[in-house]
Amino acid sequence: MREVLEQLTQEFAGRIAAAPSYPDQLYAGIAIADIPAIAAALRSSHSARLAAVFAEDRVQPEAAFYNYYVFERRGDPCYLILRARIPAEDPRFPSLAPDLPAVNWQEREIQDWFGILAEGHPNPRRVALHDNWPDVHPLRKDFPLDTVLAAFEGDQHVYRPTLGEGVFQIPVGPVHAGIIEPGHFNFAVAGEPILYLQLRMFYTHKGTEKLFEQLPAPKGVYLAESVSGDSAFSHATAFCQAVEKASGMEVPSRAEFMRTVLLELERIDNHIADVGAIAMDVGFVIANAHAGRLREMALAINEELTGSRLLRGMACLGGVRRDWSAEQIAALRDAIATLEREFRNLVALLKSSDSTRDRLERTGFLHPEKAAALGIVGVGGRASGIDLDVRRDHPYAAYRHLSWRVPVYREGDVLRRMQVRIDEVFESVAMVRAALDGMPGGPHRAPDLAIEPGRCALSGVEGWRGEILYWVRTGPGNRIERCKIKDPSMNNWPALVEAVQSNIIADFPVINKSFNLSYSGTDR
Amino acid sequence: MFKILQNTLRAGIVTQPYPETAARLALGFRGLPEFDFANWRDARPAAEVCPSGAIAVTDTGWSRSVIVDYGRCILCGECAAATPEGAVRIGRNFEAAATRRKALVISAEYTLDAEGRQTRLVRASSQEIGPEIGRQLSRKIHRILGRSLAIREVDAGSCNGCELEIVALNNPVHDIERFGIHFVASPRHADMLLVTGPVTRNMELALRKTYDATPDPKLVVAVGACGISGGIFGTNYATRGGVDQVIPVDVYIPGCPPRPEALLFGILMAVGRLGHQDSPGAAPSALDL
Repeated sequence: MREVLEQLTQEFAGRIAAAPSYPDQLYAGIAIADIPAIAAALRSSHSARLAAVFAEDRVQPEAAFYNYYVFERRGDPCYLILRARIPAEDPRFPSLAPDLPAVNWQEREIQDWFGILAEGHPNPRRVALHDNWPDVHPLRKDFPLDTVLAAFEGDQHVYRPTLGEGVFQIPVGPVHAGIIEPGHFNFAVAGEPILYLQLRMFYTHKGTEKLFEQLPAPKGVYLAESVSGDSAFSHATAFCQAVEKASGMEVPSRAEFMRTVLLELERIDNHIADVGAIAMDVGFVIANAHAGRLREMALAINEELTGSRLLRGMACLGGVRRDWSAEQIAALRDAIATLEREFRNLVALLKSSDSTRDRLERTGFLHPEKAAALGIVGVGGRASGIDLDVRRDHPYAAYRHLSWRVPVYREGDVLRRMQVRIDEVFESVAMVRAALDGMPGGPHRAPDLAIEPGRCALSGVEGWRGEILYWVRTGPGNRIERCKIKDPSMNNWPALVEAVQSNIIADFPVINKSFNLSYSGTDR
Repeated sequence: MFKILQNTLRAGIVTQPYPETAARLALGFRGLPEFDFANWRDARPAAEVCPSGAIAVTDTGWSRSVIVDYGRCILCGECAAATPEGAVRIGRNFEAAATRRKALVISAEYTLDAEGRQTRLVRASSQEIGPEIGRQLSRKIHRILGRSLAIREVDAGSCNGCELEIVALNNPVHDIERFGIHFVASPRHADMLLVTGPVTRNMELALRKTYDATPDPKLVVAVGACGISGGIFGTNYATRGGVDQVIPVDVYIPGCPPRPEALLFGILMAVGRLGHQDSPGAAPSALDL
């Protein structure tokens, strides 16, 4: 990225200024008016991907807001983070959404939360705050966290009308039929096939990013665990890594290996559950029962290692909170051996059913080109030819010491999204073993360190769903001044909209499950 | 077909007979913290590290009041780690569901020395959470075995952690259907709403509508620290806090998230109360601690 930045600096002579950076993340200041041209150059000439867009309120010290644009590209472990000043008296920025649908929601979120106008956005309606919220911008520093807002009034969200003979509208949610998170799906159907799907998210918006600004960093770790409960350890690790990087904290090698083991265990238990749930949604109940049984085995070993079935209370700044005894490690080795054997049986069972394959193949097709345009990450992306994996592309924890195969398919259907998960369970089992083999002795946690204020850092983790990004600015008194969270679901919801088109409505549950996106991670 | 049978036979019966026998807990399992009020010398470090504000210390002159709210506890164990003399321990109890919000709160009063350390325990509430209710429950289990219960789950803002454990109630290991209890797709078919929180501003209306759509008599069970009190999220511009801030609650199940056995314990407790007219739920004032 260093040479990319040099080229850009020449192209945009005098308007790009290098800023304090790390070896694996370059910062540069740009003029906000230049961002469309810079983004276009980065994407076309340097095949860079815009991974995240977010804003920060610096009105108090600098009379300005800042927008941040995080770029990355294949084969380059360095992120390029462009920072653009937006004067407080004229808060607006040129939207990239017309050319780059991937930033659609992210830009609108900036609009809602900071009151910075995304000029030229093709659909500038509210997304993060529902239509019936008053005119507030909760992430501005002058908006207190505990503000009590008046009761709802005003407009409800207006969906695109459903017109035409025999065309019906089917509203579903936010309270769903299954035991899942809340969101609203508005289907337009012509008979059985779905014409289009409109999504309404952010029902579980909990003020999380704002809340991070009120908590001392060590408590922030627990909040990060509650951003998306199925990815507690991945989110908490992403947060810890960002704060560690910002404050120059060295994580002991043993802790890096332990984190790696736990990150892979989180992937294993969630993938097993999803494989079962996909089978369940096409009527293969027995397969789901076995998956449920296997998942309990995985959760039991999670609890053995961390005290929590969902790996909570283990992450901490500077390492992990508890060390493992030789007995615990032996128990883990036994457990994953059993789990691997049992999972192989489950996969054989699934493959023995032609009717299951028939229901999953070519169902919920997401075209690789669409996936690329929408910036799809994680499992959904890898099933549609998007070869991204933060563990390989921006190594963290102990991943630089491990090797594994990243499963990528181009068929983009439910079957391949299930296959990616199946492949990854076996890869993860091998990675857990390799990490245990390579795990050195020594401390499992660095001594507590006061956090230096005014430092920024980005951190990425390949959660089981995909790329999780955290960006923090440290503040005085061991606090966090700004914490930006990007869950992979934020990018991937629009993929669901694409994938369901022209499928029958009865297949929606299995298509939805094949992505299994986080509502809470999106809504925060 | 042969493969299906072969797999099923090989797996055998995996269902755990909880609550007839004790839950199988891993050695390192963290349950609710236990407080030895009589030997606690300084509650301040524990209160300071608690991420969800479950431990509150208020000093007035030479006296100190300590309030521990299990309805806010996320089972992280920081309080025990911050208390060197062992007066706070990580317990293994998870059977802490309660019919009254107040029953999840314990407290103590101390006199202090010049350094702010606790010198004498003046008064303490019962430190026992759970066991008493457990005995009460075991008598009722026989009565409910023949009865059926339909549950509608409502996520009113949760992080999805509680949902994972609720889903696990349906797997062969926990198999809630052995009690004739099943999850239904509509509140109109439900006897019980199992609600996770914190209730967000954006879910408040949906929760009220779901409650209204559920036929009487109905039970409401608030799940997890967030469902009970707002948990680590508390109350802010986007959340209303616990479920009982929006609809009346009959049973509170602590945990973050409560493990499946803890959920089962709370649900069975709630069913034992079905038919009681003197529901002590619906008391949001109990929250004003």
